Amino acid sequence: MHNKSVAELSRELESGSVSSVELTTHFLQRIHELDGHFNSFITVSDESALAAAAEADARRRRGEATPWTGIPLAHKDIFCTRGTRTTAASRMLADFVPPYDATVVANFNKAGAVCLGKTNMDEFAMGSSSESSYFGAVTNPWGEKRVPGGSSGGSAAAVAARLTPAATATDTGGSIRQPAALCGITGLKSTYGRISRHGVIAFASSLDQGGTMALTAEDNAMMLNVMASHDRQDSTSTDRAVPDYTATLNEPLKGLRIGLPREYFAQQLNADMEQRVREAIAEYEKLGATVQEVSLPHASLAIAAYYIIAPAEASTNLSRFDGVRYGYRCEEPKDLMDLYQRTRAEGFGDEVKRRIMIGTYALSAGYFDAYYLKAQKVRRLIQQDFIDAFKQVDVLMSPVSPTPAFIQGEKTQDPVTMYLEDIFTVAVNLAGIPAMSVPAGFVDGLPVGLQILGDYFSEARLLNVAHQLQQATDWHLHQPE
Amino acid sequence: MAISREDIEKVAVLARIQVTDEQIAGLETDLGNILNLVDQLQAADTDAVEPLAHPLDAVQHLRADVVSETDQRDAFQALAPATEEGLYLVPRVIE
Amino acid sequence: MQWDVVIGLEIHVQLATQTKIFSGSSTAYGAAPNTQASAVDLAMPGTLPVLNEQAVRYAVMFGLAIDAEINRRSVFDRKNYFYPDLPKGYQTTQLDHPVVGAGHLDVDLADGTSKRVRIHHAHLEEDAGKSLHEDFHGMTGIDLNRAGTPLIEVVTEPDMNSAEEAVGFARKLHSLVTSLGICDGDMSQGSLRFDVNISLKPKGSTVLGTRTETKNLNSFRFMEQAIAHEVERQMDLLEDGGRIVQETRLYNGDTGESRSMRSKEEANDYRYFPCPDLLPVVLSEEFIEDARQRLPELPDARKARFVEQYGLNDYDASQLSTDARLASYFEEVVRRGKDAKLSANWVQGELSARLNADEKSIQESPVSGSQLGDLIVRVADNTLSSAGARKVFDALWSGTHQDVDTIIADQGLKQVSDTGALEQMVDEVLANLPDQVTQYRAETDANKRKRLLGGFMGPLMKASKGQGNPKLFTEILRSKLEG
Repeated sequence: MHNKSVAELSRELESGSVSSVELTTHFLQRIHELDGHFNSFITVSDESALAAAAEADARRRRGEATPWTGIPLAHKDIFCTRGTRTTAASRMLADFVPPYDATVVANFNKAGAVCLGKTNMDEFAMGSSSESSYFGAVTNPWGEKRVPGGSSGGSAAAVAARLTPAATATDTGGSIRQPAALCGITGLKSTYGRISRHGVIAFASSLDQGGTMALTAEDNAMMLNVMASHDRQDSTSTDRAVPDYTATLNEPLKGLRIGLPREYFAQQLNADMEQRVREAIAEYEKLGATVQEVSLPHASLAIAAYYIIAPAEASTNLSRFDGVRYGYRCEEPKDLMDLYQRTRAEGFGDEVKRRIMIGTYALSAGYFDAYYLKAQKVRRLIQQDFIDAFKQVDVLMSPVSPTPAFIQGEKTQDPVTMYLEDIFTVAVNLAGIPAMSVPAGFVDGLPVGLQILGDYFSEARLLNVAHQLQQATDWHLHQPE
Repeated sequence: MAISREDIEKVAVLARIQVTDEQIAGLETDLGNILNLVDQLQAADTDAVEPLAHPLDAVQHLRADVVSETDQRDAFQALAPATEEGLYLVPRVIE
Repeated sequence: MQWDVVIGLEIHVQLATQTKIFSGSSTAYGAAPNTQASAVDLAMPGTLPVLNEQAVRYAVMFGLAIDAEINRRSVFDRKNYFYPDLPKGYQTTQLDHPVVGAGHLDVDLADGTSKRVRIHHAHLEEDAGKSLHEDFHGMTGIDLNRAGTPLIEVVTEPDMNSAEEAVGFARKLHSLVTSLGICDGDMSQGSLRFDVNISLKPKGSTVLGTRTETKNLNSFRFMEQAIAHEVERQMDLLEDGGRIVQETRLYNGDTGESRSMRSKEEANDYRYFPCPDLLPVVLSEEFIEDARQRLPELPDARKARFVEQYGLNDYDASQLSTDARLASYFEEVVRRGKDAKLSANWVQGELSARLNADEKSIQESPVSGSQLGDLIVRVADNTLSSAGARKVFDALWSGTHQDVDTIIADQGLKQVSDTGALEQMVDEVLANLPDQVTQYRAETDANKRKRLLGGFMGPLMKASKGQGNPKLFTEILRSKLEG
């Protein structure tokens, strides 16, 4: 049952061969049996999940079901869930139970989906290995002691381990695509503004974007159908109409123009990884696509620009965690300054504190022009690179990460080594375009991802391109032992 | 670019994060390495380039001036570390 | 040494919207603490700001009223600092791209001249909450009801050279924003708060001196005192060879002293940058035109109309047109009372005196405009003597009676103007006082005759039980004694 896709489960619920209560019970059991190995969940919501499942079954009997009614899924613990604690994997919010739902959560609830629980992640989504969680590191189901990637490592590991058929996630600099790649599943980061950020605990507001994780591209399309919406509570939410993303999955790819950014292949890239990526691209040629090299001349500046802009925004987004209205507060503060300084020193982990400090520095008097403003200018150059590229080709393809899943602890000593993990992913967030990670084979038994990048609001096209690969190959169906 | 001990202390105060002497030593290395990474930016020619604050070329939409919120003080203050008579409590603020 | 005083103002104007600038919480004053603080106002995780259209419209109306450029594109920035009344740890404001650009306001001075004060810009921003320093076991209590209330901050050029000019500007601004209906103008509730930048320079010098900022003055009187105090402080310092330190100062209206707030300013670095949760505000021509259509009559135009329509002199017109609510009260009085000059005298005289004495605003007046109008009618048609009119006013003020004519009837205040009856009374009084009549007729000195004539008034008023029309009595007396 747990190897089935959302689409298959939806059909079985519809046919009556299985109930939501049965499905939900099954996945909850798997979580309790297996998640000790992965630590992919921070909170498991047995009681509310079973209640929601019973309600979903009743709704189906009333003939009011949507394709999602009764389907279990998990939310990254960065989406606020009313009545269920939402921690952002931080000590700061270890006991925070929001009195409101994120719009994404509300959308799934409205569709009748069943929330199994909240998945683990890097603290405040800052990281690429899901090791910085206050609730402990997440382990990749594909390899003992391997990281699942990050920051949405809990969502990726839970889907890969078949503990949930689908999981929501967010992507600020690669936080969906890189863990999806390292865990051998399919993930999509949508165009900035396509999915509401309301109720998503902010990391970097102009880069953060929600997205989807599941085994198949089709399931990602089903998720996006629910997650994409215009939300008046988020000023940056777009009012463009939301298409049915499943409707165009089977469009033929003949004539599809694929661009390979020269700069993304020239970087120090594991030779076996490059081989897998090129093999996947060869599959597309078999399907009638044409391939050409393109250039993103400012690609090498993306990491630098990102590691100014993201920390700068984060440094002020996280100022609200001050121990006054909610969240962690230090014991017996002796004065106001002490309250702030100890609350934040004790409530935040090391990587979060580093980023707040770098961001504060980049915005401070005397450094603003050299860092923040310069980074914003480079951001425009990077965006222009993509605009120019999409005049020549329909999609871009590249690796997602420079290496497959690495060993836990290997990159935690030096933050810069960890940052370089994001070398192929951050430019997408700076430009705000959509991108996917699709399984593309294995290196030494560890999954490799193919990154597919599209123009603004081309999610339907990306899902179509990913789905067609999954019709021709079965890399996405391999499962860890 | 190197970051000095004084800079770290100043930034820590601005960010309201207590740092110990030991931590400052570690931060000098880590933040210094991060600044070396981001200093690649300085090589870019950005004359005549407008900064980009937002990926989408969209404009702010405006909300009608109609009250939509109700009093949820009890629910909100249940989350608070210290309240009294409906107020959030903090150590005495000296103006 | 002679000094020139240079003053610039920054004024925070609370906008009279129903809801906050970035959330749907009510802005009504006086609610129980934190009952009007929503998840957005409390900066709960994941909450986001959405801009209030009315706040933008009010800012644009202000801009149009001061003849300013309206910026078609404006941007919100974050001003970062930690304070318990600032839930997000930053204030959302506008630094480089404010909604209202350069404009000006003309201030009338006591000597009859007018002074143009340039306004550098006005920007939209959010207010902070309040810290309550009463003792909660040595703790401070935070009320966030006010957090997120929309403000415009109006920044002038340093164009004012005296306390009179600065206070004149402040009063004019108050008059303007209340007339526009974009601010309730209640200074005791902090609806308008003034920061005053003051510097001194040697007379005639073109180089500006170092300035200080005195913050949060919330009455015209305190503002005047604070300026006088600060000018004197700086003058003393400079003349003793000292130097002015650029700093923020706090003026205490009760003690008449000020002190430096350096402790709060120290090490501040606000790290302004564009708020990534809000998009640029782009105003269409339609939006601006719509705001223009909503502009009500402004004080200068109203003053001109009062002169034209009611025949008021410049002084009365100016006094009555400045405050929008006083102006509308006056017009209600005139609508009923017809006699504009008499109405003006009563509104500025008896009514204003009583309001001042009871510390009431014009909206709180127990006597309505139409009641005062009815009273004016009875004064104008001689039904009431001035003493009788004051008695009627007292009855209205105390609220014991509502209707002017009923009061006149109940208290027997109707003035007797029947000349036949009055003549009879005069005849009787003159007959009873033959010596005084002889004395009067013999007197040649005009002043003395006037005094002697007054001697008959007492007995006449007594005879008429106080209801005889004194003017008519005087006329009849004259004709009888001199005729």
